[in-house]
Amino acid sequence: MTSAISCRSVCKTFSAGAIAALKDVDLVVEEGEFVTLVGASGCGKSTLLRTIAGLETHDSGSILVDERPIDGPGVERAMVFQNYSLYPWLTVTQNIKFTRLLAAHTRDCSSADVEVAAGRADALLKVMGLTPVADAYPGQLSGGMQQRVAIARALMSRPRILLMDEPFGALDAQTREVMHDLILHVSRLEHCTVIFVTHDVEEAIYLGRRVVLMAPRPGRIDTVYEVPLPAARTQDMKHQSGFLRLKQEILERIRATSGLKTDFDLLQQLSRQTTNT
Amino acid sequence: MSARRTGFWTIRGSITSRRYWLLAAAGLLLPLAAWTALAASGLVNPVFLPGPLDVLKRLVSWFTDDNLLGDIWISFCRVVAGWALSALIGLPLGLLIGTYRPVQALLEPLTDFIRYMPAVAFVPLVMLWIGIDEGAKIGIIFIGTFFQMVLMVAEDVRRVPMAQIEAAQTMGATRGEIIGQVIIPSARPALVDTLRITMGWAWTYLVVAELVAANSGLGFAIVKAQRFLQTDKIFCGIILIGLIGLAMDQTFRLVHRRAFPWAHARSWT
Repeated sequence: MTSAISCRSVCKTFSAGAIAALKDVDLVVEEGEFVTLVGASGCGKSTLLRTIAGLETHDSGSILVDERPIDGPGVERAMVFQNYSLYPWLTVTQNIKFTRLLAAHTRDCSSADVEVAAGRADALLKVMGLTPVADAYPGQLSGGMQQRVAIARALMSRPRILLMDEPFGALDAQTREVMHDLILHVSRLEHCTVIFVTHDVEEAIYLGRRVVLMAPRPGRIDTVYEVPLPAARTQDMKHQSGFLRLKQEILERIRATSGLKTDFDLLQQLSRQTTNT
Repeated sequence: MSARRTGFWTIRGSITSRRYWLLAAAGLLLPLAAWTALAASGLVNPVFLPGPLDVLKRLVSWFTDDNLLGDIWISFCRVVAGWALSALIGLPLGLLIGTYRPVQALLEPLTDFIRYMPAVAFVPLVMLWIGIDEGAKIGIIFIGTFFQMVLMVAEDVRRVPMAQIEAAQTMGATRGEIIGQVIIPSARPALVDTLRITMGWAWTYLVVAELVAANSGLGFAIVKAQRFLQTDKIFCGIILIGLIGLAMDQTFRLVHRRAFPWAHARSWT
């Protein structure tokens, strides 16, 4: 297998003298792999994703996509944001076809391509279950439906890599389960490489073939876990002992690296003081 | 019975539309009734407070003998010209300030500073620089609205969610495409609101503008009526400006609803 993305000793600080947002991050993601990033807040998981997307620059190290160093955003890397990324003045279909308004996707475009694009948009509407709301505006849809539109729009131009930044973070638990199975299905259908950032460990294990745990101060990769589940996931796997053990292990590791431990010590110290007086 | 209690003083409570219009009508009619009663009681000298009927009579005679429509038209033209000139320069400038940080650093503090200077105080300067023609009147309305407008437009543009812009970047949009396909359409409803609000301000500068050697217009008529103690005509002028402003405001709101159905549409059924 060839690597779709490879990060080598990627370093980044937001302002001079500050703690590194990313320090010596090495990560190789294989073609077609689904990798999830978890970690305590401030661990740099979103920063790493945004750097791979080309929305942030890195200070040193290299990020290669298809063996070429990246230079800003590129059409082969699509991104899905947590929210507010849809265009509320466009209908669902128009949002999905947004790339058709951009020169990067319509240069040397023939009339046949236009037809192909229309078919592609229809297919995405169908796969994502959006056909009944094709002419609605995003503001008229629930959060879950809005994220389906955002995913469909990202997939429109057949990107090889899909970067997802807590895309289901604002959804309720039931909607989230549905979206999990949907995104697994779609990523396999589209043969995309996916990097998925989340703060929900269960989500990370259920979706990922590997779970990459990052730690803060400085932002770095702490541990990489192979998920001991078959490629085709089903909801009942969430109750298997292997799943639960891994979840426990990752949660403990996050707690150990989060810096919240010092807060916990402080809390104990304070409560001891109050009982003494 | 509704689940939510809707008493008069319920914080952010709801209200039936019938009740809304009844209260709105009461809010308008009560002051009118109080005005009528006070004027009819004879407690106040009509020179200070003419009755509604006197004002109405004055309106009719202004219309028949004094070219009311001509005054309205010339005032309307001045306001719209000053406001349109503001928009012509203010929209692109505000777009640049709201989009590019260096332009913001260069121009925003300056604009912030100038906007606190009273437009009225510019009257003598404008007369010196531009003269006493139509240009001077438009110039004062321009000074009164432009600097506020630029800052509001810049703010409208800055309010475009970063996620909308970044989504376009990850889809390979160029800088021009981001401005044309994302920032401008996204900010458009807010921009129309800004244009509506600044149009209101343009009307408030009309009277000041028509202090400058005017011989026509609603503001001029008000100033002239003061010289002849024609209080009823002052009332006429003020109320007319209010009504025209209200009509234009409502027109903008209608345009807003028509042009941006997505900003008003509610949940899909």
